[in-house]
Amino acid sequence: MAIDIAIRIGGEGGEGVISSGDFLMQSAARAGFEVMTFKSFPAEIKGGYALSQVRFSDEKILSQGDGFDIVVCFNEEAYQINKRLLQPGKVLVYDGPGEFEIEPHAGVACYAIPMSHIAKSELGAYISKNMVAMGAVCELFGFPVESLKRSIHDKFIKKSQAVVDQNYAALDAGATYVRDHYGKDPTYSFPAARAAKNVIIVDGNQAIALGATTAGCRYLGAYPITPATSVGIYASKLFPKGDGYVYQAEDEIAGIASTIGASFAGTKAMTCTSGPGIDLKSEMVGLAAMAEIPVVIADIQRGGPSTGMPTQHEQSDLFICAHAAHGDTPRAVIAASNVEDCFYRTIDAFNLAEKYQMPVFLLSDAALSLQVEAMARPDLAKIKIVDRLRYKADGNGERYQRYKVTASGISPMSHPGDRGGTYCATGLQHQENSAPRTSADVCVTMNDKRWRKLDNLEAEIECATEGAAKAKVGIISWGLTQNAVREAMVRMRTEGMEVAALYPKLLFPVPVKAIEVFAARCTTLLLPEANYQGQFAQLIRAATGIDCVRQNIYRGEPFIPKEIIARVKELYA
Amino acid sequence: MIQNILEEKLKPKAYSSDIPSRWCPGCGDFGVTNALSRAFSENLLDQERTVIVSGIGCSSRLPLWMGPYGFHTLHGRALPVAAGIKISHPELDVLVTMGDGDCFSIGGNHYPPVMRRNFDLTAIVMDNHTYGLTKNQCSPTSQVGYPGTLSPVGNVDEPMNVLGLAVANGATFVAQTFSGKPKHVMQMVEAGMKHRGFAFINVLSPCVTFNKLETFEYWKERVVEVPEGHDTSDKIAAWKLSEEGMRGNGLPMGILYQTTRPTYSDQVAMVKEKLHSVPANELDMEAIFDSLTPGRK
Repeated sequence: MAIDIAIRIGGEGGEGVISSGDFLMQSAARAGFEVMTFKSFPAEIKGGYALSQVRFSDEKILSQGDGFDIVVCFNEEAYQINKRLLQPGKVLVYDGPGEFEIEPHAGVACYAIPMSHIAKSELGAYISKNMVAMGAVCELFGFPVESLKRSIHDKFIKKSQAVVDQNYAALDAGATYVRDHYGKDPTYSFPAARAAKNVIIVDGNQAIALGATTAGCRYLGAYPITPATSVGIYASKLFPKGDGYVYQAEDEIAGIASTIGASFAGTKAMTCTSGPGIDLKSEMVGLAAMAEIPVVIADIQRGGPSTGMPTQHEQSDLFICAHAAHGDTPRAVIAASNVEDCFYRTIDAFNLAEKYQMPVFLLSDAALSLQVEAMARPDLAKIKIVDRLRYKADGNGERYQRYKVTASGISPMSHPGDRGGTYCATGLQHQENSAPRTSADVCVTMNDKRWRKLDNLEAEIECATEGAAKAKVGIISWGLTQNAVREAMVRMRTEGMEVAALYPKLLFPVPVKAIEVFAARCTTLLLPEANYQGQFAQLIRAATGIDCVRQNIYRGEPFIPKEIIARVKELYA
Repeated sequence: MIQNILEEKLKPKAYSSDIPSRWCPGCGDFGVTNALSRAFSENLLDQERTVIVSGIGCSSRLPLWMGPYGFHTLHGRALPVAAGIKISHPELDVLVTMGDGDCFSIGGNHYPPVMRRNFDLTAIVMDNHTYGLTKNQCSPTSQVGYPGTLSPVGNVDEPMNVLGLAVANGATFVAQTFSGKPKHVMQMVEAGMKHRGFAFINVLSPCVTFNKLETFEYWKERVVEVPEGHDTSDKIAAWKLSEEGMRGNGLPMGILYQTTRPTYSDQVAMVKEKLHSVPANELDMEAIFDSLTPGRK
């Protein structure tokens, strides 16, 4: 029996909302299901509404979906926030009876589970509340409880068997309450566990750290900033295992400055930050471009401008990443759309940075940073890793020219320690031997050299497309929004609509050829993106003259498939 | 600390690059460059395993004129760039050359943490008490009343006690010298390069073009050798000496403070050891993937 069930858990931050979602996720992957999570919590450490949603399916999950099927409300606030979404067919599980009043919901199965009461009175540990709820969920919907128990065991056995047993007891108490009062829910039912797939379970930021490690990165210099910090946290445990290091710098500038220093010295290096950090790092981006030093800058976007919304989703840093630093500064911008993409696009970012000796931005965002997926285990044999072109002294006594003008614009790079390779890197306009020089011919030659590196960048990263050869509406999207578009495409094509989609990964330089070819297939182009200005739409227009109908949301949440379908249908004539 | 030594001594001239230097004739920074070349030569420094990092300003052009690997970075950012080089490549010898505006003003958020972390760097500030490259504005070390071009009635700010700040911020070697005394500059550079940890050397280096007050002659009359019997391990005594200089009672020349504690490279090595580090290309990614696979450890 095919399943596609989304369970949302809502409650007070710090009450186990997020960990409940994580446990369901882990155990579902053990049980062989496809899973994806969506989380949201406030910028404050304690308190405020927290949300964790897990979607389970037999097939590859494309996006977080349109909403939930089952909502588990740990408190009244969670109920109040979600009650308007309780359409017929959905299921409500809530803390009750007696904790708070619920309104009548036609066609909605409502299960009161006294989570707080059981945890406090029967188990004597309020902290067990979320496990009571999980026990009830397992019993109501036939969720494979053995898989959940194994996940709980693995997590808590490090503390003690007693802690594991305490959690088991809470699960059992929740399940017993359901058996005594309700029995199974008639609508939603999980199939039995099957063989686990060959997956790794990671979130977006962890995938970036893993991708970087795989690409050979061994240095990360950064300053703590939400929602990027966890890239560094993961990397700080990974890099030193392989002779690398994560440096918590004194500020954003020092984060990238030390990264550029490490790369200059010969180590693959990255920094990670969010929008406010990009503002501060901009001058250093120019230095990396001018001195031709490979550097990867991961920007985990959050809501802006200014301090904005540190924990909310937005795709509004494309402009600054495409344009950061004064002067004519070559760089590339790549965006990841899902967790697996975070892994592979990070490797792409390093490959481009190393090959072309320039800054490369990797865009992710707050929602993706927390999204957890069971992604197919990477096959290292199939991953291509590119290293920078190195200088080799040829022994004929010729003086090394660090910025030698070449057809590709790429010059062999020496590292301190290389015999015969000394030079002084500089952000001043310079001639081939790195000596500062502002003569007209040097300015023209060296600008041309640096920008030549971007000429063939589009061919380096594939731009996926799907749909009708001739489409009435063609959708161009980037980053996380691509997931909602992919799911919308499946539904629209099932309906027989003549639609197509283009999924660029390289955003700057704008993949002009792919966009022109795609535009020729489509009567109307739609570009949904989570920012006010239509940033990618504007870049596309500037680069190609092609206008897209813009669909912009800026509410701090990602797109859901049905709002894209609704907009396509308006345009579909 | 110098780690990379040649078997045969090179002449000081061999430590110059083929890029001709372009400072004003008579600039104090020539004295620093010459002292560095001689110190490199005397100590058999292997310049192909050495990096000189600088920021922006007159003095920060120095790595361009010199023979080792160089990185002429951004205004104020030499120290964090050097930190990244040293963390990733502790085997390299790294010197940092900066100006007073560069290090103490725009770079003011970097030198306290880099000192505190005791990076094994030799940091040399060519302190001319003015902004030379932008044609004479007050710097953090300019005296009150200094006629900077952005100060219509002269400098209104108290000058910074940069030696005292270095002592307070955890530098493990703090010295001052004067480019009018090239032999002393060389001694201080040598001592700083031999020091294991963060060596801060402030070089009073006259700007002959703009600073008409603090000339070679002016400073020659006002520098005094650190008194004999000064205990360089005494932090309070070092602070007092730095304060005497600020009060016009002689600008101390010599090593004010020196101590030893673990360098940042030691700390990095400790972290790697605790996490069972293996060479970069021997990292077992499959084992890392295993640890992320549910039910497999």
